[in-house]
Amino acid sequence: MNNSDLAQILIRAVEEADSSDRLLDAVQELAAAGIEEAVPCLIAALGYNNPGAAVAAVDGLIAIGEAAVQPLLQLIDGYNYGARAWAIRALAGIGDVRALDTLLEAAKTDFSLSVRRAAARGLGTLRWQQVPPEKLESIQTQVLEALLLISQDPEWVVRYAAVTSLETLAIAIAATLPDQASRITNQLQQMLDTDVDLGVRTRVKFAQEKIQPQQPQQHQEVFAPKIKLQDTEVPHRGGSRR
Amino acid sequence: MNPSLENIKDLSVTDDNADGGSLTVEQALANLESADLGLRFYAAWWLGRFRISEPAAVTALIKALEDEADRTPEGGYPLRRNAARALGKLGDRQAVSPLIGCLDCSDFYVREAAAQSLEMLGDPVCIPALIKLLAVGLQGEQLISKQPDLSQPYDAILEALGTLRATEFAPMVKAFLEHPIELVQYSAARAMYQLTQEPVYGERLVKALGGEKLQLRRAVLADLGAIGYLPAADAIAQTLAENSLKLISLKGLLEHQVNHITPSTFSEGAIKVMNLMDSLL
Repeated sequence: MNNSDLAQILIRAVEEADSSDRLLDAVQELAAAGIEEAVPCLIAALGYNNPGAAVAAVDGLIAIGEAAVQPLLQLIDGYNYGARAWAIRALAGIGDVRALDTLLEAAKTDFSLSVRRAAARGLGTLRWQQVPPEKLESIQTQVLEALLLISQDPEWVVRYAAVTSLETLAIAIAATLPDQASRITNQLQQMLDTDVDLGVRTRVKFAQEKIQPQQPQQHQEVFAPKIKLQDTEVPHRGGSRR
Repeated sequence: MNPSLENIKDLSVTDDNADGGSLTVEQALANLESADLGLRFYAAWWLGRFRISEPAAVTALIKALEDEADRTPEGGYPLRRNAARALGKLGDRQAVSPLIGCLDCSDFYVREAAAQSLEMLGDPVCIPALIKLLAVGLQGEQLISKQPDLSQPYDAILEALGTLRATEFAPMVKAFLEHPIELVQYSAARAMYQLTQEPVYGERLVKALGGEKLQLRRAVLADLGAIGYLPAADAIAQTLAENSLKLISLKGLLEHQVNHITPSTFSEGAIKVMNLMDSLL
């Protein structure tokens, strides 16, 4: 049996699944087959409101890799934010630089926090070796600016995702843009000092250690309560949305 | 109060808060007295949502706990429900005693909101009143009925007793592990873990993550985040549910690690949880 026949059988199983368990099994099998013909069906599975199936489909799309990028960019569902978040996750997992503009826009402007979160993460997992050397500095600068902005998102999980990406970007630009590296370390330090969320501050501290493992920092600050700050800042941040 | 759990409730499981209108504090306070009952109802929600904790808001919401104007056809009190929910978020202990009063309200949802808010306010003075309500379902330390008993918001009461560390009442809480409604069982398991720190109760919740119903898995994610049960980390990452909810749950575990341990470096558990969280973004 060739890939095309196999794909048809597996795709039919997804289309005919009549329970969420069967759908999950069928999508898992299709994803595991790792064949390009499966891409549209896997993308469709991102919109079934079945988180298990969506996870399997994302894994399948990431495994297929570059061949899935163009269809994902084209078919990305502008109307269903659940599906859009999964599609962005798949693009982030693949790390293909063709997704850059989609990721930048989603991270900065999408109304859905899951989409912004996935896109913020994706900006840190781009495969820089794909970028032509003459464009590397300008693209990395663009990503840096975006991440500095996103790291001030009102939602903790988006800031958390931005921190993970600032971490990888700091390591990536140590060679290419050493004079910009201090902007990341300054931003991380500021977040450590002022972020209202303990989870975010903890991840910032972890990022700082990974960026500069030779200089372990004091831990005490992460754990210090920030009650006063929380009392005064939370209502304003919420109130200013929209 | 566990902010993680709160987030889950605020997000009402989907994502992204439905928006918040554009009131000012002054308008919201004025609207609480409006002739338009819809405006009152919305204003009470709004004050809680945006954590307007100034004294005038607290006073007005406490007054709204005795509202008689806004009634459902079944006799419920919508404004009281919203006022009770809001007061939990404002963190002002003046609300404790009025909320204890609400535990006697004829409206189930007012009692539920009051129990949840008393949990958030964290004042153990409400424990006897909560126990009185819990005891409605008990004869001694046994459940009265093997049939689903929906007369009281047992899940909210159990969760509050766990958070408030009502350890001397653990035997009563334990009885609800056998309650016919799964959600109530999980609340009892969560409370028992908080009261005893025995892993068997955490494991009961981990097992529930493998259950059939998505709604129940979502509830259990909230429970595990609230108790910070570290051995659940992998099961949380793998359960079939939205990543948003898994991330909130894992953040609960992470914060529990860094709040309760003062390491000279990150604990293995904290690093493990952060790596799992990174993988779910």
